[in-house]
Amino acid sequence: MAFGRHERVQFSKIYSLSCFRPSTSEEHGQIGQKGYSRVVYCNDADNPEAFQLRYRSNYVSTTKYTAVNFIPKSLFEQFRRVANIYFLVVAFVSFSPLAPFRASSILFPLLVVIGATMAKEGVEDWRRRKQDIKANNRKIHVYKDRSFSESKWKDLRVGDLVKVYKDEYFPADLLLLSSSYPDGICYVETMNLDGETNLKLKHAFDVTASLQDDNSFHKFKAVVKCEDPNEDLYSFVGSLCYNDQQLSLSLQQILLRDSKLRNMEYIYGAVIFTGHDTKVMQNATDPPSKRSKIEKRMDKIIYILFSTLISISFIGSIFFGLRTNRDLNHGSYGRWYLEPSRTTALYDPKRPVLAAFLHFLTGLMLYGYLIPISLYVSIEMVKVLQSIFINQDQDMYHDETNRPARARTSNLNEELGQVDTILSDKTGTLTCNSMEFVKCSIAGVAYGRGMTEVELALARRKNVEPLDVGTTSSNISGSHGGIGNSGKAIKGFNFRDERIMDGEWANEPHSDIIQKFFRVLAICHTAIPDVNKHTGELSYEAESPDEASFVIAARELGFEFFERTQTSISLHECESGVKIDRSYELLNMIEFSSARKRMSVIVRNADNQLLLLCKGADSVMFERLSKDSQPYEDQTKNHINKYAEAGLRTLVIAYRPLDEDEYMAWEKEFLKAKTSVSVDRDDLVDAASEKIEKDLILLGATAVEDKLQKGVPECIEKLSHAGIKMWVLTGDKMETAINIGYACSLLVQGMKQIVITLDSPDISAIEKLNDREAIAKASRESIEKQLREGRSQLDLTKSSSVLFALIIDGRSLTYALEKNLESSFLEVAIDCSSVICCRSSPKQKALVTKMVKEGTRKTTLAIGDGANDVGMLQEADIGVGISGAEGMQAVMASDFAIAQFRFLERLLLVHGHWCYRRIAMMICYFFYKNIGFGFTLFWFEAHASFSGQPAYNDWYMSFYNVFFTSLPVIALGVFDQDVSARLCLKYPLLYQEGVQNILFNWPRILGWMFNGLLSSMIIFFICKNSTIHQAFREDGHVVDYEILGVIMYTCVIWAVNCQMALSINYFTWIQHFFIWGSIFFWYVFLVLYGYLKPEWSTTAYRVFVDACAPSPFYWMTTFLVVASTLLPYFLYRAFQTRFHPMYHDEIQRRRSEGCELAEPGELPGRVKDKMDHLSERMKHSYREM
Amino acid sequence: MSSTPSAAAAADSLRRNSKRPKYSRFTQQELPACKPILTPRWVISAFLLVTIVFVPIGLASLFASRDVVEIVDRYDADCAPSGSTRDKVRYIQSIADKTCNRTLTVPKHMKQPIYVYYQLDNFYQNHRRYVKSRSDQQLRSQSHENDTGSCKPEDNANEMSIVPCGLVAWSMFNDTYSFFTNNSQQLPVNKSGISWKSDRDHKFGKDVFPKNFQNGTLIGGAHLNKSIPLSLQEDLIVWMRTAALPTFRKLYGRIEVDLQAGDVINVIMQNNYNTYSFNGKKKLVLSTTSWLGGKNNFIGIAYLAVGGLCFLLAMTFTIIYMVKPRRLGDPSYLSWNRNPGGH
Repeated sequence: MAFGRHERVQFSKIYSLSCFRPSTSEEHGQIGQKGYSRVVYCNDADNPEAFQLRYRSNYVSTTKYTAVNFIPKSLFEQFRRVANIYFLVVAFVSFSPLAPFRASSILFPLLVVIGATMAKEGVEDWRRRKQDIKANNRKIHVYKDRSFSESKWKDLRVGDLVKVYKDEYFPADLLLLSSSYPDGICYVETMNLDGETNLKLKHAFDVTASLQDDNSFHKFKAVVKCEDPNEDLYSFVGSLCYNDQQLSLSLQQILLRDSKLRNMEYIYGAVIFTGHDTKVMQNATDPPSKRSKIEKRMDKIIYILFSTLISISFIGSIFFGLRTNRDLNHGSYGRWYLEPSRTTALYDPKRPVLAAFLHFLTGLMLYGYLIPISLYVSIEMVKVLQSIFINQDQDMYHDETNRPARARTSNLNEELGQVDTILSDKTGTLTCNSMEFVKCSIAGVAYGRGMTEVELALARRKNVEPLDVGTTSSNISGSHGGIGNSGKAIKGFNFRDERIMDGEWANEPHSDIIQKFFRVLAICHTAIPDVNKHTGELSYEAESPDEASFVIAARELGFEFFERTQTSISLHECESGVKIDRSYELLNMIEFSSARKRMSVIVRNADNQLLLLCKGADSVMFERLSKDSQPYEDQTKNHINKYAEAGLRTLVIAYRPLDEDEYMAWEKEFLKAKTSVSVDRDDLVDAASEKIEKDLILLGATAVEDKLQKGVPECIEKLSHAGIKMWVLTGDKMETAINIGYACSLLVQGMKQIVITLDSPDISAIEKLNDREAIAKASRESIEKQLREGRSQLDLTKSSSVLFALIIDGRSLTYALEKNLESSFLEVAIDCSSVICCRSSPKQKALVTKMVKEGTRKTTLAIGDGANDVGMLQEADIGVGISGAEGMQAVMASDFAIAQFRFLERLLLVHGHWCYRRIAMMICYFFYKNIGFGFTLFWFEAHASFSGQPAYNDWYMSFYNVFFTSLPVIALGVFDQDVSARLCLKYPLLYQEGVQNILFNWPRILGWMFNGLLSSMIIFFICKNSTIHQAFREDGHVVDYEILGVIMYTCVIWAVNCQMALSINYFTWIQHFFIWGSIFFWYVFLVLYGYLKPEWSTTAYRVFVDACAPSPFYWMTTFLVVASTLLPYFLYRAFQTRFHPMYHDEIQRRRSEGCELAEPGELPGRVKDKMDHLSERMKHSYREM
Repeated sequence: MSSTPSAAAAADSLRRNSKRPKYSRFTQQELPACKPILTPRWVISAFLLVTIVFVPIGLASLFASRDVVEIVDRYDADCAPSGSTRDKVRYIQSIADKTCNRTLTVPKHMKQPIYVYYQLDNFYQNHRRYVKSRSDQQLRSQSHENDTGSCKPEDNANEMSIVPCGLVAWSMFNDTYSFFTNNSQQLPVNKSGISWKSDRDHKFGKDVFPKNFQNGTLIGGAHLNKSIPLSLQEDLIVWMRTAALPTFRKLYGRIEVDLQAGDVINVIMQNNYNTYSFNGKKKLVLSTTSWLGGKNNFIGIAYLAVGGLCFLLAMTFTIIYMVKPRRLGDPSYLSWNRNPGGH
């Protein structure tokens, strides 16, 4: 196992202590060539060459639009949607006589919709802009006219000299010239770049470090040649030409924009990259754009509506053509009142085909109300509001890290309710990633008495009561210094063994080895000590939590690391109760990398002995041990295996005394490798280090525990009850992974394991032959066989309720992901309730995610916290980042960020379920209301000889989608909840409604459409038949075109709004306000519109006040129609809840009957039985799928 | 990782810039809400409620409709020579005298006011070409006399604007009726107030007089008296208020005396209007009104039908719930396999 198994460990490169200094004026390979062409003249603004370069200013804009391009660009974005294009075309055509309505009434809703979306974009962009303005106007001290004067960030130019004070942000990417420390070092915090809170050390060149005060810059001139702007945070290639000296630059001298100066008075720097050229800006990318399955299906529905639109226009135009044709009957005109003899092409009975075609176009416009123009904008608004709810959820706020949940994109809210498979990282996701030193093995003796959670789970599994429960690490949770200690918790240290603590180690048989062991821990690391001035307490800034735990462990055992300088490391060593300060001269450091999996330091101790101290993963360390006598090798291996079983991360500790000559020879080579400026530098360094890291002498091994996060087992159990399958993709060893699996309830008692591995004797026999093809062939065959066996095991137990777990290791995975095995692997994997992939690389993680996503065609969710999970997060349908200790890369790549794994439960089961339900309902309802309205127009057409005369006043129609029906549906999308959050969590099976897409399947969508059709028929035919030709008032007036329009439209408004009231489950005052408000608003509108001048109100002139309102007939018709349109849906629901209730109906019923309140805690037995029964059935249904 | 040097201070500052979401019932989605669900009691009471409300309304409307006395007389066939459509068209287009006598018998006592309607059938006043062919501006004020752009093809004749322009005005109904009692006493028909007041007052100008009307090559329907302003030409105002459906009635006038059961009324009419070209019927209708308007049983029947249906459903559900009460927590209702979809 590696300490700090992440890619970002490369960051340690910025902290390589400069025991050597490239001072030669070597050729820097690519500098000056393509990609490395940047030239910066420091403090030389008047230089004509500098003037010519015209690098970008330090003005930063993160906005999507500018004032100039906002309108064209956002309009372009709008009209990428088919529906909007359609409406735009209609709006243009509406100026022609083809249009059934006035152009303004078509343009208006389009403008409202487009305007609303643009306003939303604009507001979002304005917020970004305000942030930009703030950032651009921050103050910085710039060297000008022999002094540093204050200036704004945006006015900074490439080559300027700046002075940055403590706790200020760097305004651009700077070259560190000197600091308030004489040796030119400085500490920076890179929180804004990568989220890491630890300090990083930067180091200026000696030649510039002497520039100590403002005046010394008077004559300073230098030229930097370096790489072009790029987004790689972890490398920098360049050279500095100063005082005729050529110095090669590395990331050590570069201070990146948006990181912060810490612990220093001030630094001086030269600006190299400004504005958008800085690395942090180059890194700023939009979160990946993903679309939810519901939205994809919604597009299909839109196409269905378009085809409906086309077909009814077509039908209409045929009838119109026939009817128009009949107007010319044997030379005489039928409907003389239309004057067919003097007509235009639109109605010409002599050319009925042309008239029909033109009418078809009219029809396309007239029935445009079938397409819900406001659907997209409504959904967008709803989703933004939903995201706010997710962000505001107190139950997903983590106190310790002060982080609430963040929906980074609002596109995928409803997708959260449909997750079928979760792919999870382990470290930092399921576990805390705060390492605690719990055990060690020194000289073949195991120390450390605590028991890990995994061990407890293991013991439980074997039905052995843990012997001394009192000492379990879970009990002391996070730490006591040890027995006899005042009980003060020490973070990162949970070790206790009276044999070696409190200086007792000196009495152990191998005390010298114990001493060496802890010295290695205290010296071989990259941590920086940090003394708190007030309390005098010592803490460490370390690169990885593992490393911190080692240094802390060494400190607790009497090897206190307290000072680090450029060239030395100093310890307080306790020897028989006396504190002795020992200093070690630090000669070289060979850093950790995920490829090397080890790190070494070379030091010279006080006795002038040269020592190589090394720690690393067992897989690389054992092969580098000296061939002769390693007395404890077997015991140590044994212990390491045990530790791994207990779910601990192990490292092997070794050392090697060096002799001077060998070292001198090697150092030369290493230095050369290290200072070479070329692409293969890393390889050269690796090769050089390989030469010295050999013939090591084993000291022992460490074991640190990565604790499970709070609530992880419970959460996983809940999610599995919800029918969500869980895959864990981890870099751990198989044994560790399996044990962790048990500890976090991923694997449970009675589960059958299908293990696929290549660690079999035959394979290793072939491996010894070192024939690559043979290995591959044999591996492939072996995996195929194992998969077949797994398949047959699954088939055998199909009928019984045995659960399976699949465990596969990284090497096997490589083959299993190949084309020909992929499908059989997937088949086995999806039949297992949990899958663990061990030893998997980041790339494999992404590949597995892709395979699951594409193989099952169901929604996958990936969750992870580190840079190594980024691929996986981006590949999955939903990426959830844990904003933990690991930096922000995962969060930046994710769609949702939560602080703890356990919040996933709430995110999915509550918010996911609700959002899914809301969006599904909302879309269905949208189609309902638009079909219900659109078809009344069609029925009216049938009674107007399909001439294209709309049944209603133009403006009634324009306002339909915008005012009369929009707000209730948005309220539905934002607020509706079928059952409360508590019940969502209590009955996780409810989540299956989303997974199986029950609320948005085709029968349901078509059902709603049919309901719309039915409503339109009821509305039209009741209105028509009840008003047919008799008087509708006592004073003898009859219903005419204007009045029928009002009656029908009133019925439509009532019907769709009441339908909404009937179908929502959650009536707060907001819903009441919007639903009844919309209806009320219709009347208000009608009155106000009717009081406009007759030129404007046309057919609506005083129609309500004078004609409709006084007529009891009008109100009675409305009442009749509303009741009748609601009846089908109500009846359907009544039958459904009686005979075929959905799961939420059942829960709602239980709630209303008070079963819920009676038993707040444990599930009642009956319900429990039901749940068991259900999960049983579910499992079968999965098998069948 | 290391512990923070000044943990207390940090924790303090943390509390100050805590990002903990503020609690409100709104943001935590815990607003008090009513959560209606369809329990058996709810379903049955809803159905019964509808029944209880709808049946009385239905009966009341039926009674209202029954109280209305209506005389409908179709005369288009009888008032034209029998024969083919072509013959009838030729007849109606001729200049012959088209007086026609009809006799109506009052079936029941008719209380005044008795409304006189003409009913046309298969006449598409809602045709887009027809509806659009008018100029509201011109009708409203004299100054817009030449605002005839929307009136095509009846916008101008002899290179002069037509007032009122458009197909609607041009095709105005021009049959006339006179009513006589058995003893040849004329029953006066009051034609004032048959149009909507808002139309008279605001849509038809007092200063707009018919001009150049029916002067074109094709004569449509009625002629207008050039000396009466449009706001007083109520027949025109009624006609201009286009009908919604191809079968429609329009108010012709009011008879303001009671008619007794068995009374015989002679109608002398001028059968001028051509509905023969498009096979439209013409009817003369005399009708009283109730609080609900004219005679139409549909709304009453519909109310009764919905009420009755709901009663039946209430009964059905009662029986279902009584015979086969739903056992709480019956798992057989909760299988995902069986539930392919639903609302």
